[in-house]
Parts: sequence; structure tokens; C-alpha cells
Amino acid sequence: MTTAVATAARAMRRPARSRSLRPWYRNGTLVAGLVIVGLLLLAAVLAPLLTPFDPIEQDLQNALQSPSGSHWLGTDKYGRDVLTRLLYGARVDLRIGFLAVLIPFVVGSVLGALAGYFGGWFDVVVMRIVDVFFAFPFYVLVIVLVFVLGAGESSIYLAIAAVSWVSYAKIMRGELLVAKKQDYVVAARLGGMSHGRVLIRHITPNVLSQALIYAMSDIVMDIMAIVTLGYLGLGIAPPTAEWGSMILDGQEFITTQFLQATIPGLAVVVTSLGLSLLGDGLSDLLSPERRK
Amino acid sequence: MSDTAMLRVAGLTKTYSLGTSWLSRLTSRASGTLKALDGVDLHLCRGEILALVGESGSGKSTLAKILVGSTAPSGGEVRYRGEAAPARRDKESSRRVQMVFQDPYSSLNPRLTVGAMLAELLLLHRVVPRREVRAESIRLLNLVGMEADVLSAYPSQFSGGQRQRLAIARALAVRPDVLIADEPVSALDVSVQATILELFASLRAELGVSILFIAHNLAVVQHLADRVAVMYLGRIVEVATTAQLFAAPRHPYTRALIDSIPRMTEASVNDEFELDGEPPSPYDVPAGCRFHPRCPLASEICVANDPPLLPVGPAHESACLKAGELALIPLPDTPQEHR
Amino acid sequence: MSQGSSDVISSTGIAPADEPASTAELSRGGVPLLSVQDLSIGVRLPGGRTVSIVEGVSFDVDPGQRMGIVGESGSGKSLTLRAVAGLLPKPVEVLSGRVEYGGTDLLTMPAKRRRALMGPEIAMIFQEPMSALNPVMRVGDQIAEGPRRHLGLSAKEAGELAVSMMARTGIPDPVRRARAYPHELSGGLRQRIMIAMAVSCGPRLLLCDEPTTALDVTVQLQVLRLLERLCADTGTSLVFVTHDLAVVNQTCSELAVMYAGNIVESGRVKEVFRQPRHPYTRGLLESAPDFDRPDRELVPIPGFPPNVADRPSGCPFAPRCGYVRDHCRQSMPPLAEVAPGRQAACFESSRLTEVLA
Repeated sequence: MTTAVATAARAMRRPARSRSLRPWYRNGTLVAGLVIVGLLLLAAVLAPLLTPFDPIEQDLQNALQSPSGSHWLGTDKYGRDVLTRLLYGARVDLRIGFLAVLIPFVVGSVLGALAGYFGGWFDVVVMRIVDVFFAFPFYVLVIVLVFVLGAGESSIYLAIAAVSWVSYAKIMRGELLVAKKQDYVVAARLGGMSHGRVLIRHITPNVLSQALIYAMSDIVMDIMAIVTLGYLGLGIAPPTAEWGSMILDGQEFITTQFLQATIPGLAVVVTSLGLSLLGDGLSDLLSPERRK
Repeated sequence: MSDTAMLRVAGLTKTYSLGTSWLSRLTSRASGTLKALDGVDLHLCRGEILALVGESGSGKSTLAKILVGSTAPSGGEVRYRGEAAPARRDKESSRRVQMVFQDPYSSLNPRLTVGAMLAELLLLHRVVPRREVRAESIRLLNLVGMEADVLSAYPSQFSGGQRQRLAIARALAVRPDVLIADEPVSALDVSVQATILELFASLRAELGVSILFIAHNLAVVQHLADRVAVMYLGRIVEVATTAQLFAAPRHPYTRALIDSIPRMTEASVNDEFELDGEPPSPYDVPAGCRFHPRCPLASEICVANDPPLLPVGPAHESACLKAGELALIPLPDTPQEHR
Repeated sequence: MSQGSSDVISSTGIAPADEPASTAELSRGGVPLLSVQDLSIGVRLPGGRTVSIVEGVSFDVDPGQRMGIVGESGSGKSLTLRAVAGLLPKPVEVLSGRVEYGGTDLLTMPAKRRRALMGPEIAMIFQEPMSALNPVMRVGDQIAEGPRRHLGLSAKEAGELAVSMMARTGIPDPVRRARAYPHELSGGLRQRIMIAMAVSCGPRLLLCDEPTTALDVTVQLQVLRLLERLCADTGTSLVFVTHDLAVVNQTCSELAVMYAGNIVESGRVKEVFRQPRHPYTRGLLESAPDFDRPDRELVPIPGFPPNVADRPSGCPFAPRCGYVRDHCRQSMPPLAEVAPGRQAACFESSRLTEVLA
């Protein structure tokens, strides 16, 4: 079966030398993801320009108002504009989401790559540690760590990094196990290149895409974690605007002012959707076998 | 006598032991050792094309890996120009023996342009000064029949045959003395194979590079090689010049291989040497002559003795106790047609 | 006998030897066993455009005939075979044409009836037996499955048939081997298992897709001999797809050469090899090393096959052809008779009269 499929596929793409690469902007998934994530980032960055209100200052006279011309999404129980808090909340949640992915991405990828490439005792040690971390549910471990370290932004970074590096290590190790057997890698070694050079120049560009694609969904996970922590009161201390604590605050009015909790929840959903689309689009773009 | 061979291996062995983890040792069902190579003696002369033929599991690819230094042998030695090759190759010793792979689709880094691929090697080994890298790259491409305009292209833009040319250009970039070509045409279409075979012949003629050409297609081997070594279950069982080997094989396995070749002209195959069964597994090499279970000539002495590779004629060696007897069985008539 | 094939020629079941009678009966009516007519295979793109990979291929296979289809990768030879078997990989589909088996078009017949033909009438052997065999089922049971379903045998009878089939395909110790799983067998034995499976219901047409490409040369010879013997014994017709000209020479009597989705030449193997009448066939023969003529110079075919999505107008081989004239680039030469029993799709065929050897 495989040969005929391959033949058919090859037959359709073969003039020996022409590159019929679909340009990235024709990739609907990628563009949709970029637009959503781009708009969210823009809204977060431009928050002070987009709204005349302050996210923290209370105005108890105007508490719990329904949406109106001046407060498009209404106000919360302290009379703060919900849209304003949503925009400022994006600043916090997106920042932590993106930053929290960086450390585990780097640490996990490097450890996993080295373990997969060199094997031996290093591989055994790293993978046993990975197994231990994998044995705990993500949220439980993050919540416990934040609880121990104390609520706050730096604790969140540390807790997420400590828990989620293992996924990158596993992904990269698997990729390396395959990649290091590829003939082009063997050829690079036969060309007299050092392990470091082979790893960085010849293997990494070919295997990083999987980790990168995973990172997109990981940001979603991290934002969910921050929101969850915020909801549990372990996140960013009030009165800072943050989606999780907004849901927590809005919850008590769920029957009368349901928008209070729903709006930040929707924001989480839209962010997740954008990042997922971005990840899917990236995987289309970055996988060499798909772009032929 | 000083060694005139570019590359020589003596008594080379490679065993892989299975079930090395403590768990499988506890459960120990088949904690066997796989003898991929079981005492290989072979040399490759300067400017020679030596073909290495054998079926799957014969150890051809393992031998290639040891020769290029990507695997260490379990025993025996590899000598390069008479000097023992280090087990761990440094930049210089790895430069001298380069490899061309079977699958041109996995042997080129998909994310490097042709120019970048060649330039990296040229600079790393200081083959030419930096400002001459481009000119040298173009020279290499011309050598394999390609033009300068492919420098900025990626491997995915090329067909299988073109990729194989690029892989050969890469191997030549570091100016090796020896090329190990592991089935370099078997993944290519028939009409393209000829061009790559032609290329190997011209590289030998123009550059004087020695080539170890691993193949299973005897028609290809006959066309290209000066000498042929036949491998069976981890050992060389016959070596001779190409003409001698195909005209007067002195090992029954070689004879069976020749008789198994699908012919383009009138089929004329001697049934006496159609082998029964398949190559035994290298986990379980038969005692005595390793070929005796499939050999039509085998007798008790073949079960009792493991024959060494011995001279049976000028530049002709065979590891068969019945080599003399075999010589008396005529080859089937080859069609004597003239064009 | 399953109902589906009742109006096709009745199956000969599993009886070996005394078959020639029914074969003669078949050819009497002049109806070929398999008749592929103007078959085009390709992909329908969104927006209604189609890309055809195989274009208007026609050939007949008579009862008991062994036909080889030769071509390079991308020539459409495997897809043609798969279209006959109804096994085209998605999204590839038959765009037009007919595939007649015993006079009935397989393409318009209900899927259920067509499936009923697969096994007792038409069987297929694949290149890689490991991916065609069920890894978690004993090979004896896999062979027995077809006879149980199609011939209505009991489990015990089918099991006995499986063992005898394995013995017939030259598998040593078949009783023990029948209890083995595919991964426990070597490549050659797996290929024999697949052959045993394919012939277990006594098909009249055996489709082979490069069945020996993955095998070692000594084992290849054994398998080719086996196929030849089985077909000769039972009068089964063979369609054998391969890229190896020498294998065709050893296995088949008739030959069709495919290039870029077209049959460019057909005829008796020996005659085509002796005196090719299409420049591509000639190029193939001259570029492949011939063991019996080691000193002959190999002449590669310059250039590459065209992209099927972007075929040149006129003859698809014209850009690589040494005999090309202006009119070759204007229109596609039809497959026409150039000598009794010989067809070639070339305007300049009359200039190719040289005898190669």
C-alpha cells in the first residue's frame, strides 16, 4: 500500500526541480491563529490607550452595573470596568503564559536532546527523573509547589518550569532517537564534525519544530494553570487584574450578573483557540514532509 | 613487505549481545549474541573498485560502518595505508574514508542548501581558503555532473538521482582516499542507475579514489567492479577479480548467487545450484562450514570443519573445502551472442 | 461458490492440475479474462480540476497468460494494478474507463459483489508481506480465512487446506509453521505465506505488485519459480508489476511498458527485448546492466519523467527522446500496432528497427 501512495504522492509533486511551496499566508489555520493571538497581544499592550478607566481604582457607587455605553461589559462589585480589567488581565496572563513556557522549553529540550543523542547513563538518569515528575498530575504538582513557594508571579514561573520541562525532555529525546540514526546525521559525523556541531547545526533545526508546536499548546496549559491558581487564590494577589481572579470574583453573582464570570472565561477560551490554531499552523509549516 | 593496500581489515569481528538489560537477563529466554562479522579479512587497493556482495544479514553494512569508523569492531583490526586506524576517528582520520548512503532521501539534511552543506565541510577541513569555497563547491558539483545554479537550492527540490549526485559531491568535498558506497543505486530507477554507475567509474578514473561498492545486484557489480568479495553470514567466502569470479566461481554460494540472477536473455540456469531455504540467522551460525546446510556439495567434512579463506588461484581466494570439486562442474552455457 | 461471482465464469475452486479444459473453454468465446479499457486514474482536486496519473490505459489478459507491467517509479504501474484489485489509496480514484473481468465491468458492479470476487477469482500479492499480513493472527488461520468464507469450508477443512497450500508453496514443516505468527518467519517465508493465501481459493487471476523486490536474490529465484509453477499448474493468469526487466523476462510471456501514466509499448517479452519499438523501452534496455553482456556500455536516459500535473503536450517522452521530431511535441501518439502482436505509442516507431541482441 505504501509504495503506491508514495508513488502517487511523488508523481504529483515531481518535476525534479521546482518548489511548489504553499506560502505561509495561504495556510488558513496559521493565519487565523496569528490573527487571534496577534489581536490579543495588541490589546494587552495597548490596554492603557484602549480604555479610559483604571483597572484597580474602585468606584463603589457604580458597582455591578450591566453593560452600557460607558461600561461596555459592565462593572464588577467594586465598580471597576470589566472590559478594562479584561484588557489589563490579558497583560498578566499572556505575559506569564509566554514567559512560563520559556524556561521549561529550553531546559527540557536541552536535557532531552542530550539524553536522546548520547544515551547511556545520562539518558537513564534524566528519563527516570522525567518518569517521577510524570507520575504526578500537572495541576496537583503546580498547586502544591505554588503553595509551598508562596503565591506570586515568580512562584508561578518556578512551579510551572519545574513541572512542564519533562514534556519537552520526552519530546526532544524521542525526536533525537530518530534523528541521530538519519543518514545525514551519520554523514555529518563522518565529515569530521563534533557532536556539538552536529547537534546544534544539523539536528536541532530538523527536530525543534515538534517542541515548538508543543510549546504553543503548553502556553494554553500555563494560562489555564495561572487562571486556576488565580481562581484558587494562589495566583496573582488582588487587586491586580487577572482572568482567574476575575472569574472567582464574578462567581458569586453568577445568577444575576453572569457576564462577570463568563467574560474572562471566554477570554481564556479565545486565547486557547488562537494558540491551538497557531500550533497547528506551525506544524504544517515546519514539518518538511508536509510542505513538499 | 610494506602494505600497498589503502584499507585492510584482518580478523574483524563484531558481535552484538542481546538482552543486556538486567530484566531480560532475569527472564533470560534468548540471551543470544549476534555475530554480525565473524572474522573478516579484506583489502582495498589504491584506485580500485571492490564490490562487496551478499544477502541481507551477511554483515555488509556492519563492515561498512566499521570501515568509516561509525561503529567500533569487537575484535580484529582496520589498517589505513598500513597504519592501524584509531577506534575513535578524529577529524583527519574520518576525512579519509567517506560514505555514500543507499537512501538519497534521508542522506541529505533537508534544512541545508547545497551550498551551505558543501561550504561547511570545505571550511571545517580547510580544504580551500574561505574566498575559494564557492569556486571549489562549483568544481565539486561539476564533478558529479551538476551546475552552479543548484548551490542555493534545498535537497527537496531534487530527484533521487540528483540527490545521490549531491551526496557523492558531499563525500568528495573533503577529498577522501576511499569511498564506501552502500547500495548507492538500489533505491534509484533503472534509467538513473546507469548515470550513477558511470559517475563512480569516472571518479575512480579522474580522482584515483578507491571505492568499496556494496551491492546485491550482481549485474551492476559485474559492470563496475575490478574485484568482487562475496560475503555470507559475517565472513568473506570468496574473493576474486570480477572476470574470474563470474567465469569460474570457486565457492558454491557464489555459484548459487550467479545462477539466481534473473537474466535478460534466454534463461539458462543450472538447477543444481538453486538453493533451498534461506540464509540462517546470524544469531545461530551453523557449525562447520557456515554454508553447509544449503550447499548441494556438502558432506561430512563440511559439517566438521570451518574452512578458512585460502588461495585457489592467482588473486582468487575461496573458503570452501570442495573448491576443487566445484571447479569441475561447468557453468551453464552463457549465450554467445554477438552484436 | 459465493453468489456474487455466479454470473462470472464459475470458479475452478482449488483443484490443481486438470484445469486446461476450463481454460480452453474460456478462451473459446474470445473473451479475455481481464480487459482494461481506456482506464484513467487520478485525483479530483477541490474545484473540479482533475490530475490524472494514469491516462487511458488499455490491455487484455487472456486465461493462463502471464503479463508483466514494467515502469519506473511514478509510471502508474502499481496504481493500474490496484485499480484492478479495487485497492486504490485515497484520494486516488478511477476517473474513467472500464475494468472488465470475464466480460463484466468491475467498476460499475456493486461493491459487495466485487468484494466477493476478491479471493476466489482475483487475488493479489504485495511487495511487503509484513504489512499485508495480520501480525496478531497465526499464518495458518490467515490462509484458512479465505477458503472458509468463499468456499464454505469448515474450520477443520480450511485448516487442512491451509497446511496443504503451505506445503505447495514450498514451506518446510507446514504443520508447525501454520501455528507461527508472521514476525516469526523470514521475509521469504512470509512471501510464500502470502502466495499461499492468495492462491488458497484457486483464483483465475493473480495480481502481483513487485512481489520479489524486497527479497534476496537466491530467495527471489525460488519465489519466481514458485509463482511460475503455480500458474502453470492451475492455468491462473498473472499480472506482474515490477521495475526489473530481467524479472519480467523470467516470469512473463507478455509485457506492457508504462511511462508517465501511459502504456508506451506492449508485446511478447522476447520480441520486445529483442527489438524494442519505442525509444523509452529501448532506453530502459540499454541503461540496465545485463549480466550476460558485461562489456556493453550502459546508456542512461537523459532527463526526468514529467510531472503528471504538468505533462508536456504531445508525447510525454519527447523531452528525453533521441528520435524526437517536431510532430512528437504536437500530439500524443496513440498505442498502435507496429507488427503482429506488437504495439507501440510512437510516431517514429518505424525508425526503431535495430535488433538489440
